[in-house]
Amino acid sequence: MALSDTDKKILNILQGRLQLVARPFAAIAQELGLEESFVIERIQLLKQEGYIRKIGAFFNSDELGYKGCLVALKVQEQHLPQVAEFINKFPAITHNYQRQGEYNLWFTLITESVAKHQEIMDSIKARQGVLDAMELRANHKYKINVQFKLS
Amino acid sequence: MELSDIDKKIIVAMQDQLPVVPEPFKAVAEGIGITEELLLSRLQAMKEAGALRKLGAVLRHRQVGMKANVLCVWQVPEQRLGEVAEIMCSIPAVTHCYDRNTAPNWPYNFYTMLHGNSKEECEAIAKELGEKTGMQNRTMLYTIKEWKKTSMKYFAE
Repeated sequence: MALSDTDKKILNILQGRLQLVARPFAAIAQELGLEESFVIERIQLLKQEGYIRKIGAFFNSDELGYKGCLVALKVQEQHLPQVAEFINKFPAITHNYQRQGEYNLWFTLITESVAKHQEIMDSIKARQGVLDAMELRANHKYKINVQFKLS
Repeated sequence: MELSDIDKKIIVAMQDQLPVVPEPFKAVAEGIGITEELLLSRLQAMKEAGALRKLGAVLRHRQVGMKANVLCVWQVPEQRLGEVAEIMCSIPAVTHCYDRNTAPNWPYNFYTMLHGNSKEECEAIAKELGEKTGMQNRTMLYTIKEWKKTSMKYFAE
């Protein structure tokens, strides 16, 4: 399925702002001169077709009392799949990527306490093949904005 | 911000997919036994406090033509962080921009996620950012494999 011009307009609004009102999709419809039922139908289809990963709320972990940390591991190539799978099991780890370079496994760890952070880090560092771990904490977040203007 | 038990229930209910129905907030509110008005007013308060970062859609990059992305990290002098960040953030292809502490084996303190239609386009964006900011020392951390990509589930049991 290819995106129509109307789909692109809907997605551009939907990415930026869903209003905190009783009928948010009616608000989008009104802005574009469309029917609410049509907008809902298109959004459901765009989800089904895989264009939309998530519609919903995104929270700021710092404000909820959680602390996030980017961790870079240096792992021996032959042990990397086992280490990656071990890491994937933690709900507190949301992203886990194998990357080019000496530090070849990068993940984000979001925890409610220092103790929990330490416990998870200790268990990962104890895995076979893990040679080093760098904990790279953010000092300042200048931009978090995954939006793509479609035209 | 200070979160009440109701706020935590709201966060748990709202962090998943919002139903695509005429009155989605009413549906969520009913699910946790509160009124739609209370849900909307608490979400408004969280938005104002910065706890609710965004309400809306996140697209699948590849499906909308953004086929390539790369984590590009830079070495930026401490005193130039603010100014460099301002320039980097003004480029739409830069979706994330953080500064982080360094490590003994790792001199890079500035992180940008770049999106483009191809690897070549990502390289060109990085080059442009380097020219605009005067930052020469960077490295591109291309993804070999995505092992996990999910949303955080806060206040889970």
